[in-house]
Amino acid sequence: MEEIMEILKELDWSPLLISLKTGVVATIISFFLGIFAARKVIKAGPKVKAVADGILTLPMVLPPTVAGFFLLLLFSRRRPLGIYLYENFDIKVVQTWLGCIIAATVIAFPLMYRNARAAFEQVDVNLIYAGRTLGMSETAIFWKVVVPTAGPGIISGTILTFARAMGEYGATSMLAGNIPGKTGTISQRIAMVIQDGDYLTAGVWVIIVMLIAFVVIFLMNLISGKKMKQVKRW
Amino acid sequence: MAIKVRIEKSVGRFKLDVGFQTESRRIGILGASGCGKSMTLKCIAGIETPDQGSIVIDERVLYDRNVNIKPQKRKVGYLFQNYALFPTMTVEDNIGAGLKGKKEEKKQMISKMIEKFRLEGLRDRLPGELSGGQQQRVALARIMAYEPEVILLDEPFSALDEFLKDRLQQELMQMLEDYGGTVILVSHSRDEIYRFSEELIIMDEGKTICQGKTKEIFANPEWKEAARLTGCKNITEAKRIDRHHVSVPAWGVTLILRKEVPEGLHWIGVRAHDFIPIWKKAGEEKLQRDESSENRILLVTDSVAELPFEKKYFLKTAYETEHICWFVQREQWDLLDERGMPDYLEIPEEKILLLQ
Repeated sequence: MEEIMEILKELDWSPLLISLKTGVVATIISFFLGIFAARKVIKAGPKVKAVADGILTLPMVLPPTVAGFFLLLLFSRRRPLGIYLYENFDIKVVQTWLGCIIAATVIAFPLMYRNARAAFEQVDVNLIYAGRTLGMSETAIFWKVVVPTAGPGIISGTILTFARAMGEYGATSMLAGNIPGKTGTISQRIAMVIQDGDYLTAGVWVIIVMLIAFVVIFLMNLISGKKMKQVKRW
Repeated sequence: MAIKVRIEKSVGRFKLDVGFQTESRRIGILGASGCGKSMTLKCIAGIETPDQGSIVIDERVLYDRNVNIKPQKRKVGYLFQNYALFPTMTVEDNIGAGLKGKKEEKKQMISKMIEKFRLEGLRDRLPGELSGGQQQRVALARIMAYEPEVILLDEPFSALDEFLKDRLQQELMQMLEDYGGTVILVSHSRDEIYRFSEELIIMDEGKTICQGKTKEIFANPEWKEAARLTGCKNITEAKRIDRHHVSVPAWGVTLILRKEVPEGLHWIGVRAHDFIPIWKKAGEEKLQRDESSENRILLVTDSVAELPFEKKYFLKTAYETEHICWFVQREQWDLLDERGMPDYLEIPEEKILLLQ
């Protein structure tokens, strides 16, 4: 017990901060991108739909290291996009916190997109028609009618996205690396201390992660709780 | 107010090809499920786009070859079967959803509608917390707030039970009474249509079959499909013999008519309530062929269905397996119990529907 207190006293809290920050930013980006993509895909014709859906879901199905590999190819400073970003905007992606965000966003985005799409598909199409015949603009219909009606699905999608973004390891380690205080997330710190044989510190981090996970699950149940009550017991 | 509609649209194998023109303010479209009635309304509202045709309301072109006004700009209100109230908005917000302009004006309009549709005290409720009747009032208030020139009612009562249906129909008609615009009601229920509309359009398999004053069409449907949809239970093939005679093989009778039989006659119809029972006189073997004995059918009872206020007899002629359906109102039950089943059913001439 004393040992644990000792570890807590001297613990470098930066991974928690980096993970939370990455999670929040990646979630905000995924939230809007996911909703935007879901809206576009639902409105598209069947062929475009099939192709777009496949591409947008791909990062969720691929091993994160494969996604990391592609991201590295894309943003490396020896590649066109990487060169362009660095020379014109002085933006570095590889080995930076921006890399953390991009990796987390790419991996977590499909969760947001798929949940939003599923939630939108559940919305009664007559509501949209009614909005149109009442003179509401398409934008107003979307944000005032469709999104609130799809609310519970979108919120649970957002929470899952946050959880996934915060815990991202594979793609992040490839694109952003594990620079303490800069890109070192909790997941990477756990892997690192385990490699050093420091199971106690790893254990402390594991407990912190589990606490966060419980809070996330609790929040999700709280939000979908109202809906759950309406469901008949089996 | 004049409406001119001509719509062609193919959806898979189904072809919609309707056209009508009317100045009536209360129009009913009657047709079986899947005949394209709802599609027609959706095209008028702009929710669906026709392949070709034109939709004109009072000189205002909503759709033709070069024009396709957005549903937002058509000023056509649409009452959905499930009312399509926005589930996350309060009654107040639902009514105000489509309103433009200053906050004060919006508030005023919302209050006016809430008062008119007796929704006081329900302002802050969500649609899920309202009864069916209240939901209908909110949906109508929402449409009226938007001040449309035309209101389309898409089978508004078909999901309700009998009692509620009757009440809501009455309520809807009262609420629409002082509405100056045109209302089009689409339904598969002849009762609803008869009660509501002045002008009737009958549709079948994507086409308009006939159009006219509602009461006249019910009295004289002229077309087989129209007769069936207006609730005629007995329709059978018939052959014109000459200007005053029609043979009806399935019923084993040749009808004699004083009025002239039109050339195009292929069917005749008799409503199930319109038969008159005839009994043989005691000791009489066969009915005398006197002048008043025309147009009688000899029948055997096949089965009887008893309903609360009438009995349905399913009768068979000696010649065919086709049933004739005869509804007997409760007042006549005693007579039937006393004298037994009639030997003949007579069809009064004025009740014979001559159909093409």
